Amino acid sequence: MTTTKFEIRAGTYFDSVVLMQLQKSLVALDGVDDAGVVMATPANREVLISTGFSLDGITASPDDMLIVVKAIDEVTAADAISQVDALLKANRSSGGAGDFRPKSLRVAAELRPDSNWVLVSVPGKYAANVVHEALDLGKHVFLYSDNVSLKEEAELKQKGRDKGLLVMGPDCGTAIINGVGLGFANSVSSGNIGIVAASGTGAQAASVGIHSRGGGLSQVIGTGGRDLKSDVGGITFVQGLQLLAEDENTDVIVLISKPPSAELASKIIGIARGCGKPVVINFIGLAVPMRTMGNLSFAVSLDEAAEIAVQQSNKHDQQQNHNELPVLNGFVRGLFSGGTLAYETVLGVQLSFAPLFSNVAIRPEQKIADINKSVAHTIIDMGEDEFTQGRLHPMMDNNLRLRRLQQEVADPETGLILLDVVLGEGAHADPVSEIAPLIAEAKNTRPELEVVCLVVASADDLQNTSAQIEALEAVGAQVYRTVGDVLADLNGRLPASPDTGTSVQWSDKMSAINVGVETFYNSLQSQEAEVIHVDWRPPAGGNKKMMDILAKFKKK
Amino acid sequence: MIDFEAANNTVVERMMSARPILKRIETAIDVIPGMRENLLLHAGPPITWEKASGPLRGAIVGALIFEGKATDWDSAVELVTSGQIDLEPCHEHATVGPMAGVTSPSMKVYVVENVVHGNVAYSNMNEGYGKVLRYGAYSEDVLEKLHWLNNSFSDLVNQALDSVGGLDIRAMLSESLHMGDEGHNRNKAGSILYAAKLAPAITLAQGSDEEKSKVIAFLGENALSFLNPVMAGCKAMADAGHGVEGSTIMTVMARNGTELGIKVSGLGNQWFTGPVGQPDGLYFPGFTLDDANGDIGDSTITETAGIGAFAMATAPAIVTFISGTPELALNTTMEMYEITTAEHTAFTIPALGFRGTPTGVDIRKVVELGIRPQINTGIAHKNPGVGQVGAGLVLPPMNVFEDALVAYAEKYLS
Repeated sequence: MTTTKFEIRAGTYFDSVVLMQLQKSLVALDGVDDAGVVMATPANREVLISTGFSLDGITASPDDMLIVVKAIDEVTAADAISQVDALLKANRSSGGAGDFRPKSLRVAAELRPDSNWVLVSVPGKYAANVVHEALDLGKHVFLYSDNVSLKEEAELKQKGRDKGLLVMGPDCGTAIINGVGLGFANSVSSGNIGIVAASGTGAQAASVGIHSRGGGLSQVIGTGGRDLKSDVGGITFVQGLQLLAEDENTDVIVLISKPPSAELASKIIGIARGCGKPVVINFIGLAVPMRTMGNLSFAVSLDEAAEIAVQQSNKHDQQQNHNELPVLNGFVRGLFSGGTLAYETVLGVQLSFAPLFSNVAIRPEQKIADINKSVAHTIIDMGEDEFTQGRLHPMMDNNLRLRRLQQEVADPETGLILLDVVLGEGAHADPVSEIAPLIAEAKNTRPELEVVCLVVASADDLQNTSAQIEALEAVGAQVYRTVGDVLADLNGRLPASPDTGTSVQWSDKMSAINVGVETFYNSLQSQEAEVIHVDWRPPAGGNKKMMDILAKFKKK
Repeated sequence: MIDFEAANNTVVERMMSARPILKRIETAIDVIPGMRENLLLHAGPPITWEKASGPLRGAIVGALIFEGKATDWDSAVELVTSGQIDLEPCHEHATVGPMAGVTSPSMKVYVVENVVHGNVAYSNMNEGYGKVLRYGAYSEDVLEKLHWLNNSFSDLVNQALDSVGGLDIRAMLSESLHMGDEGHNRNKAGSILYAAKLAPAITLAQGSDEEKSKVIAFLGENALSFLNPVMAGCKAMADAGHGVEGSTIMTVMARNGTELGIKVSGLGNQWFTGPVGQPDGLYFPGFTLDDANGDIGDSTITETAGIGAFAMATAPAIVTFISGTPELALNTTMEMYEITTAEHTAFTIPALGFRGTPTGVDIRKVVELGIRPQINTGIAHKNPGVGQVGAGLVLPPMNVFEDALVAYAEKYLS
């Protein structure tokens, strides 16, 4: 027969790691079957109930510490609870005589005026305030806490960007800054590969992959999983990319994220293309448009990203091929007769061209509203049923496509026209004889207009493939034979390195103030990094009324 | 919204730039504003006889006998309870007194003038250790000592003060803090300095050699002789910072043995009170916690002004007296930086690289961080007349800071 006893300590805050150690010590006591020590949040209560504790009649607030002990008898349980204070003391890191622990970030910063990072792992509802204070003190932030709202995240990151400071997180699990591992960072060699990752375990997998292949890491910048959501706009991701682009110890950059929005992807790719270093991109789960695009490589997995990065890092004297295509001035208008060709093109440009619309859309937001009217970048498959009712397929009848071509030429927003010319047995006998004159006319009225043609044909096709190509080239069209080459051309016309509007204050040292979970303090100490721990408590002991008043002071 | 930070900076700037000069010794009724024949001043926030603790009651009785208004306990109690004698806080009359702090109309008081801002503060004479009025003793020998202090002692010290043109309390404190004092529980060095500054002039004053010798010896041997001028000096500095619109800085903290009260610069003359704590410390042989009275005295004006427990890092020797380690002394000062607004420009701590002492308690920070101002204190016996039974550390009740913050919010943040 076992007995369960509990104790509530009102307004007593300890971080969960300390409580878990305490729990472990309690369970180790003779006669104790099980023990739970938690901050009494609803979630923690559920966990206790699910592990077999009955919490009926126990009322405790989330700022209370709840101790529950199940033991062989009442005396043993009570005895265990009475040892809590001694166990807490024993679990505290020795500290040593005179080792003063500040309670506020302000005083910690006074004690270590040259600290440049603040590691924040306090409960989410308090985190934003701590980060604001850290940024006000001019420190970069590693924000491990979760349960920070998206709105707060955006505010904090905007503030950080304005001050030239990084906010890595919330919910940032992993980073390596100037050789010091933060959060769950693995023990990896230092080297010339930098990572920006919106995924903590993604960063871990890639860095471990790099290490195991003999490569090494310069910096690993975590951003938190929501950084690339449109509410946040990839602020930290862009800062991180820019930082690595400027970092002289970084020769190869790896970018890891779940697929970002089209707009953000095109922004990031634009910066990556202009950064002058090999960049390996793994937007996890996104179909790869092509394997390489100038200095960019697209990996299909974290491990492959590591593989490519290490290869690139071993040949960093290799010059990047910069193609000399003019920068795109206006929108791309693609008028296809081949549906799959259109679809593959959409797939290939959707990361870098935004906004993008099509009647063969891959994502719902790409769906074009009116197939007869191009908007922004538009790729139209004119072989779709909407266009072919009552007429021949455009591979046989150019009529409709030529009219649309004239419409696009007349649109001042059109910067590049993309056409496919598909030859073969049943196709039009001489399509270029109808198309080329219109291209010539277009070039005549708008000399800056670019025309790219994809000719899908065998050399032996009955239309005389080489003559068709020559006729197109003669009127100034750029001709390619594969979709991949077309995509390389289009992506090569994107403006490289748009101004990111950010400049990150960076130094090559790492001196940190740890606010929250003590494990991080111990971890930095064991890495011989400079670190000071703040003995943080919820403001006003979690007293709601006082917290509300204190909040008013901060809203100046 | 009111710029509380600017207001707080003004307060600490005024507190630190104040220059308290010990000018003279005068009779209370002649100089203390609002002092009258039927008034006794006491330490801490307002209190009635009914609620007064033992030492305060004993001191009230002793003061009435000293004034010739009563002859014994019963006749004194009759005067107070019948309403013929009024009780008011020292702090409401620009005055401070250690322990019971009872100051009566004909008692001599130190007059300390802040020559920068023009305000004046007062404090009674220190009686030394042993059986003393401030711990509620009122026996014949106690009264005899009081009369000596009021006559020969005051006369000779006054002549010396006139002769040296006053003493700069802030400068002397800066020096004594570098000699191991913290200005509250430990004024050993300060008292010797005090004696050294006055002795040459005392020897030249009008009076008998025997009295002069006795006065000089008392000044130097009583390790608390400098405490009362220091308290008046701190009061003059704290008052210089009081009444700044929008400030959240504590300008008064005092205990009457039953309740502790604080005032806040931006909240006028409103007291915020709560039950006093029981000091935790060392007891003299033969005494235990059971003998201890609740926390008492205006001497927390030292912590209010940025010394006392706040300057403990500079007075490591004090820890034996209050039961602690030198690390405790350092860490106490370090912790007080958490809740203060400035580092004192005149009071510095060699052990911390000559950092200024933590100055200007911000009630906002106290509530936010849950860190209360540390107090070093003597412990009085709970029965009148027994005297000091130990010394230790004590904290004010949290509610006084919370209540003050609520009042501040009502006044400025609604």
